[in-house]
Amino acid sequence: MPANVGIVGIGHTRFGNSSEYDLADVMAYAASDALQDAEFLERRREIDQVIVGNMASGLFCHQSAVASSLVSRMDMEPVPAELVENGPASGASAIKIGYMAVASGMADIVLVVGGEVMRKVSGWIATDHVATMLHTEAEYNMGLTLPAFGGMFTRLYMEKYGLTERDLALLAVKNHRNGARNTYAHIQLPCTIEAIADGPDAAVVNNYVAEPLRMYSTCPVSDGAAALLLVNMDSPKARDFKKRPVRIAGVASATDTHCVHNRKDPLRLEAVRLAAEKAYRMAGVGPKDISFAELHDAFSILELAISEEVGFFERGKSFLAVRRGETDIGGRLPINTSGGLKAKGHPVGATGVSQAVELVRQLRGEAEEGRQVKNPKYGMSVNFGGFGNNVVALICAKGED
Amino acid sequence: MSIDEMEKKLRPPEIPLKPYLPKVITLASGEKMVVREARREETGTLLGTIYPLIGVPTDFYDIVAVRMYAELLGWYRYRVANEFVIVGAVNGVIAGIVTSRHVSSKLGMSLHTLTIKRGLRVGAQLFAAKMEHHLDDLGEEEVHIVAESPNGFKRWMIEYQLEDRSSQFPEVRHELGGVPTYVLTRKLWEAVRNIKCTGTRPVPEQDLKSAERLIMPSEYPQIPGFKR
Repeated sequence: MPANVGIVGIGHTRFGNSSEYDLADVMAYAASDALQDAEFLERRREIDQVIVGNMASGLFCHQSAVASSLVSRMDMEPVPAELVENGPASGASAIKIGYMAVASGMADIVLVVGGEVMRKVSGWIATDHVATMLHTEAEYNMGLTLPAFGGMFTRLYMEKYGLTERDLALLAVKNHRNGARNTYAHIQLPCTIEAIADGPDAAVVNNYVAEPLRMYSTCPVSDGAAALLLVNMDSPKARDFKKRPVRIAGVASATDTHCVHNRKDPLRLEAVRLAAEKAYRMAGVGPKDISFAELHDAFSILELAISEEVGFFERGKSFLAVRRGETDIGGRLPINTSGGLKAKGHPVGATGVSQAVELVRQLRGEAEEGRQVKNPKYGMSVNFGGFGNNVVALICAKGED
Repeated sequence: MSIDEMEKKLRPPEIPLKPYLPKVITLASGEKMVVREARREETGTLLGTIYPLIGVPTDFYDIVAVRMYAELLGWYRYRVANEFVIVGAVNGVIAGIVTSRHVSSKLGMSLHTLTIKRGLRVGAQLFAAKMEHHLDDLGEEEVHIVAESPNGFKRWMIEYQLEDRSSQFPEVRHELGGVPTYVLTRKLWEAVRNIKCTGTRPVPEQDLKSAERLIMPSEYPQIPGFKR
């Protein structure tokens, strides 16, 4: 019988430009924040394991072994520390490995930290570095990038289901509104539909990045870190923490073909569906039980496609729900209450952990005014690695559930 | 020689420049930014706007601010030939300033772009307005451009795919020093004008009125806790 795993501490840096800082310092800031939240900073050497999620510090910062660096920066030696890499899903994979360590009984207290500093290089170089996760011969060497994939995926979806660029802009308006209320968001500026879609200046203000994807349908390049402190809720050590743990009810991952063109239907995100199904089974819940969700909207189209794959909406219908405001805060199923990757930002290795931090904040009732979901019971996140070829789904529940 | 006569000698010869017609741009936030030429009598307000940024090293605000300060003083005191200044104002509050100089009928010399209100591509819009004035209004064939920050380099050299003329140094050199000179040619401008430059003319009376009196910003994202 696996142990119950709870989250007792959360930490987060303000996402944005931290390029003048060392990656380990950025991660240490989030880690300290989580330990302070759990009132465990002074006892940090009692932690059994540190797991770090990071995608490409070697490329972005010319720095390796960041887990060792973090532990040293935190003055935590001899706590064991390892690095987990799974592209932009590195953060959620780190949570999954941390969960496994606690659930298996190997560890009682695990610190999970996700972080990335991407802005030491230009946006173009960062885009190239991220693109190295694509299939080398079939995709990367052909000049494909993630925005290019996002653009093609959007075009296919538009042709099949009737999505418009204005629908994508509606998502941006929603997520920027949420991000503007999130203390940790990279972009805290609301935008209007008139300005980015309907008005005479919209085509320039909201220019194409990879047609039909525009700037306001694409996440920014961000720096930042987020951290969680996991604890075995069945262990006597759990009593050391004052805050009621938020329980990890389900966590699962799945893979799909590395080459997107090998998929039977390029619009299907099988790894998302499978990871979500496994997480639902583990949690004993279904899509209707989820109160709110954080979905990996590196490109706005992904918020729609993922929300359909995890069963929130019928295929090809999610954008109609967005039009009706169902995914707004206060709507039937709020999505990306943090602002999502679009407004909160996307430091690739940090994103999965950041999504989990948002689940905890919402479930604790600690989100900022105007951003808090009413009485949430279950929160779900989906962290997307590659172009949907390695995906992690996480479901968190209020402690009493 | 009287002081007045000496002053005349100190002033460079000026070519009367065609005015830059105001326009209004709706920023992503929904705010209306009026883009118009600054008037010489507004120099004090412009200098007061820039001054606090002289002490901000982040993103090279210090060097851009201090150089623009000098350019504005030079403009005010008639020490620079054919300089023009364009401002962007949201509800009258200065959001950004650009400076530039008409060298000849064929050549423009872009000086500086300073963005105060960040995150809404104000600088990009004002830079485009400056190029619009050089190439569309003043009829120059090309504009020489340098960048003093990586942000500037990304926004102008890379996004506009400017021609790199650094190999022609010292025959081709920007007035701001020996840094590599890049060039926006008419051909390049025509290729990007529609995706870089926007704005509505004539500006509705109410919007124009809002920008009639320029206001110094009361807060700066670059200077947390700033108080004037």
